[in-house]
Amino acid sequence: MTTMTGPPRADGFRIGKLLTDTRYRSYTFQAIAVVLLIVFFGWLVSNAIRNPVLQQSGIDFGFLSEPAGYEISQQPIPYTPQSSHLRAAVIGAINTLIVALLACVTATVLGVIAGILRLSNNWVIRKLMSVYVEIFRNIPVLIWILIFMTLSVNVFPPPSAFRGDDPDATPVLGLMAVTNRGIYFPRPYFTNGIGQVPDAPAADGDDTAPEAQEVASSANWLIVLAVLAGSFFAVRAVNNWATVRQNATGLRPTTWWMTLALWVVPLALTLFLLGLRWDVPELRGFNFQGGILARNSLIALWFALSVYTGAFIAENVRAGILAISSGQTEAAAALGLRPRRIMGLVVLPQALRIIIPPLISQYLNITKNTSLAIVVGYMDLTATLGGITLNQTGRALECILLLMAFYLTFSLVISAVMNAYNASVALKER
Amino acid sequence: MSDTHEETIAFVRESEIPAAPPPERQAGAIRWVRDNLFSTWFNAIVTLVALYVIWWLLSGLIPWIVNGTWEGSSVLECREILQGETGGCFSVLRERWSQLLFGFQYPPSLHWRPTLAFALLFVAVPPALFFKLPRWMLVFTAVYPFLAYWLIWGGTIITPVFAAIGLVVGYLVFVRVEKRSFMLGLFAALVAATVVWWFGGVIADEFSRVARLRPVASRAMGGFMLNMILGIVCVSLSLPLGILLALGRQSRLPVVKGFCVIFIEFIRGVPLITLLFVANVILAFFLPPGTNFDLILRVIIMITLFASAYIAEVIRGGLAALPKGQYEAGDSLGLNYAQSMRLIILPQALKISIPGIVNVAVGLFKDTTLVSVISMYDLVGIIRGSILASTAWSGIYWELWVAACAMFFVVCYGISQYSQWLERQLRTDHR
Repeated sequence: MTTMTGPPRADGFRIGKLLTDTRYRSYTFQAIAVVLLIVFFGWLVSNAIRNPVLQQSGIDFGFLSEPAGYEISQQPIPYTPQSSHLRAAVIGAINTLIVALLACVTATVLGVIAGILRLSNNWVIRKLMSVYVEIFRNIPVLIWILIFMTLSVNVFPPPSAFRGDDPDATPVLGLMAVTNRGIYFPRPYFTNGIGQVPDAPAADGDDTAPEAQEVASSANWLIVLAVLAGSFFAVRAVNNWATVRQNATGLRPTTWWMTLALWVVPLALTLFLLGLRWDVPELRGFNFQGGILARNSLIALWFALSVYTGAFIAENVRAGILAISSGQTEAAAALGLRPRRIMGLVVLPQALRIIIPPLISQYLNITKNTSLAIVVGYMDLTATLGGITLNQTGRALECILLLMAFYLTFSLVISAVMNAYNASVALKER
Repeated sequence: MSDTHEETIAFVRESEIPAAPPPERQAGAIRWVRDNLFSTWFNAIVTLVALYVIWWLLSGLIPWIVNGTWEGSSVLECREILQGETGGCFSVLRERWSQLLFGFQYPPSLHWRPTLAFALLFVAVPPALFFKLPRWMLVFTAVYPFLAYWLIWGGTIITPVFAAIGLVVGYLVFVRVEKRSFMLGLFAALVAATVVWWFGGVIADEFSRVARLRPVASRAMGGFMLNMILGIVCVSLSLPLGILLALGRQSRLPVVKGFCVIFIEFIRGVPLITLLFVANVILAFFLPPGTNFDLILRVIIMITLFASAYIAEVIRGGLAALPKGQYEAGDSLGLNYAQSMRLIILPQALKISIPGIVNVAVGLFKDTTLVSVISMYDLVGIIRGSILASTAWSGIYWELWVAACAMFFVVCYGISQYSQWLERQLRTDHR
């Protein structure tokens, strides 16, 4: 049988094929796209070059090493107005991370509780949680931050209310003073710690500690952390041992007292050896001295972000639990598990796989929303680098570039880490 | 011997006893309360705690609302009327209502214009939202943006009319040329529309007195009106942009795909507030020297870019959720890329993405409050910058915040309820 068609023609390339042949047309489109992009960005850059303001000042990051000259209210690392703008920016970044971390933890706790309670068989609780979720989801977080700030400034008593023989307000348990400037917590410090400088509270209420004292204090906390990590691994070892025993004999040895002892005893011993003391805030003059002050800007921001994002997390948790088919619950019930164990052993581990990806984006949202700190005067990165530094130096382009770079890096790192975690708990198929 | 029974058994019931109602304790409200509220001791405690919380909230709130006064023109007069009793000072809302809605710079004599535009919104939007309404009503929706622009910003009516004509002409040209090539159609439509707009610009300059409303500058916009403008404009603009970005991210062309990925990830990685800073300070550097964009326009550009990245991710989820067979079906029918996207893929993908898009829209509407940070006087900006700072109303804050919360809650809750309704309507699978 002879074929009517000859051998396939050698596919010569002609210029017309750039438009007619689908194999080559994509190159045409991409070339056009590249040219358009280059023209567009070239136009932007040429405008910037011709801009009189930029021509005068140029692009120069040298301002970062100049003295900042402004006060920062919350200083996790030592800082004076003579420190550089860079150090101010670093402090701002640390403050951002502090409030983001705190808010992530509390929002998760709140969200998981509210999400589970929304499925409770208790009618009142169910409705109460729906109201919580709907109210917080449908009102801007900016308004919540401002409301909680108003609340903390106007509802809590001023420090002067703690004065006198019969004060209007007293510190909680004599340790924690809730005032309209913030909450004063007792500060732990070590009298026997390593380092020659005794880490005692400064006598005259001067809370700028010398660098050496900071180093010694951090070293002591590192020891405590190391002990906690040791306890953690010891507890894991005990659990593994119990599992091995259970697999071998069918009976799980009672381990709760071992776990408890492993957590408490080494920690208590270390703290005793280091000579832990508490620096309790006291009213001196017009204000409280000593202790740690969590300013109301931090409290308001933290609380607002937690309850706002908690409402979203609650919805994610609820959706995750509802996505587990009821057959799973029924199978577990048929095996004789009690409701709480069904939730803990069967439903939640499976629901977690569904919950984690949206949870990651909620964490990213919290981190990005901390930039609203600027409205309550919390000194995060947006308030230091993108606020005061920008206004003082007039280096808008550089400041905002750095600001964006920080948030971008941080977001990408978080999502990379959380995606890796997600991949490790995801269902392994084939 | 079946008859023996008749002698041994004295009585045989011939009909069934009517079912008796369950015992009192096992029915009605008591049973419900026992099942739902006090089933276990733990449940009972939780119920009592919850009831206490509700009572505590309401006992603070109700006297405050019921005793509240709407009279008086300053906080002092208000306190006099209340005479030390607990009660809200709602007079601030009555006195500053127009500021809360329109900002303090919009000329009070012209407040009827945005009010009318807002009222017309209820004519223009329903045809787009509810499919059961007659289709010809979509004309209102199409005319509305131009009408609303004319009402709110003022000026001659020729400008919005020619903007509309340009779009219509562009669409007609596109339909004509599209049969030959999609890209060519798009290009021709763009050229035609630009010509009409240029022509319209010339005419509007020439006859700027025709049907002229007093123009209002963009910086005079404020209050809840500004939130609404930003929300509606940015959502409508970011939807097409988001679709393009999502398609670009799915594209097989590495250049297009790379650009879309970088753009989306960059926008999603930075907070909106930094983009607003860009709009406020930096964007001017990158525009030709001498161009003077309104701040509101720059903000609209940045918020639109911001929202489009999020919408693109939502739509990408919808595209990925479609079975591969749908794409292949389009190819096997001989449709080209534009046709198969328009006729097969996007209608399904967009339907899947509706809940996500609505979430983004609600989030975006809430995020419009952030413009108060770059000193625009939206609802939050008016409350913080103008009313809380005024001497007449110093010390009044709860009333204002509750009002702001109520406004946002009504809009956002309404949108999310609509989206749930729409999802039920569009559910075409297993009924």
